[in-house]
Amino acid sequence: MAQKTYAGVKVDVNDEGYFTNPSQWTKEIALEIAKEENLSLTGQHFAIIEFLRSRYLGGEALSIRSINHSGVTDVKTFYQLFPGAPLKKATKIAGIPKPVSCI
Amino acid sequence: MKKLLILGAGTAGTIMANKMRKSLPGNEWSVSIVEKESTHYYQPGFLFIPFGYYQKSEIQKPTVKFLPKSVNVIKGEIEKIEPTKNSVTLTNSFEIEYDVLIVATGARISPEDTPGLKAELWHKSIFDFYTIEGAEALKEFFKTWTGGNLVINIADNPIKCPVAPLEFAFLADSYFTSKGMRDKVNITYVTPMSGAFTKPKASKMLGSLLKSKNVNIVTDFFLGEVDNVNKKILDFGGREVSFDCLITIPLHSGDPVVSNSGLGDEFGFVKADNKTLQSTLFKNVFVIGDAGNFPSSKAGSVAHFQADVLEKNIVDFISTKSFSASFDGHSNCYIETGFNKGILIDFNYETEPLPGVYPYPVVGPFSLLKETWLNHLGKLLFKWIYWNILLKARKLPVTNYMSMAGKTRD
Repeated sequence: MAQKTYAGVKVDVNDEGYFTNPSQWTKEIALEIAKEENLSLTGQHFAIIEFLRSRYLGGEALSIRSINHSGVTDVKTFYQLFPGAPLKKATKIAGIPKPVSCI
Repeated sequence: MKKLLILGAGTAGTIMANKMRKSLPGNEWSVSIVEKESTHYYQPGFLFIPFGYYQKSEIQKPTVKFLPKSVNVIKGEIEKIEPTKNSVTLTNSFEIEYDVLIVATGARISPEDTPGLKAELWHKSIFDFYTIEGAEALKEFFKTWTGGNLVINIADNPIKCPVAPLEFAFLADSYFTSKGMRDKVNITYVTPMSGAFTKPKASKMLGSLLKSKNVNIVTDFFLGEVDNVNKKILDFGGREVSFDCLITIPLHSGDPVVSNSGLGDEFGFVKADNKTLQSTLFKNVFVIGDAGNFPSSKAGSVAHFQADVLEKNIVDFISTKSFSASFDGHSNCYIETGFNKGILIDFNYETEPLPGVYPYPVVGPFSLLKETWLNHLGKLLFKWIYWNILLKARKLPVTNYMSMAGKTRD
């Protein structure tokens, strides 16, 4: 298993850079991962990150669709906040595994 | 007399009716099943309709034909489920009480949830093949189509039979080649996933197969809306793909009655433990098949494997024992790849599809993750197995848990 250092803390990641142990995550770490993705995080970003983390930790599947039902934001804003592949970027910054589809 | 009630007589509900009638004593338990449709469709057959390989008459049979005579079949539409009162009410106000409830109401496409999808071009240049109406309309369209951009798009997961869109691409390649017009049809596969499939080994294999069949892939595309005027699909990030003919696999939802009953998540799939299949909210409510919010495939094979687990667990539940069976996410599917060949994949929650042979080590006869004629034959034979063995819950020579026998890891 690979390790990376963010904000002075060593964390376990997989070969794509996704956390394998979500409990190692902190907000300071999130800011540094976001920098790698050329993003500077705002409160709006963090609201989404918290939603994704709580849903993941609650054992529920993550999908783009679920964002519309999150009460946090809609999908269009989600794309503006995490351009390109929002779910992949946001989960990486949130310190949780990359979502796999239900297959 | 205690009452077991099953909602839905699709693949999962029908198998459970057959199993539970056998395993519950007839003098202690009644088994009832509610279904609104009088026709049972062999859903894997929808894929073959547009290409004229199957006719509608081959894939439909009366629902009651597969249900035991000693099961009460109640024809009707469900109005509400009230799990706090152990009661289900039909739209004709008929109320049914239960001691144990099995929800097997399935999943359905909801094209109305995407702006512009079910609009002017619906069933004119935009088709689904997940309903008999869509598959039949597409068959008529293909008969006279002179070619152009054929776009196959998955709106978002979860969908029923996650390999069906890939099979559609392979069969379209085969079909237009045999019509002598493959050079006039540009096939593009547009998916929300990052590759042809989610699991790495199968994704790589299927991705290169698409490439070899000259099918373009557009990945990470989440359908936002359909522009009917300019014939384009747009994702939420503003990327667009033009089509002349769009094959859509729309968003899927559970039965609306599930969301209204408080049993489900925001998409109407029943919240349940993915191993015991028991509702996480009500102990005497169980779910099987596409109706559940499990992270397993929405497919008939999954319902079939779940059925053995659910039968044991319900028997344990009513005799107040702890659950003895656990579902491992086992899924198994034949993938038609065109030109009379097919691939077979077998996997579960933990193990991705691997190469090897199935169901018996060494002799197979089916090959995993490899294109063969025998796999194609297996797919065709499966229709017979479905009608004659699977629905009636007769024994098949395969284990309900995924087995590593015959599989190879690198």
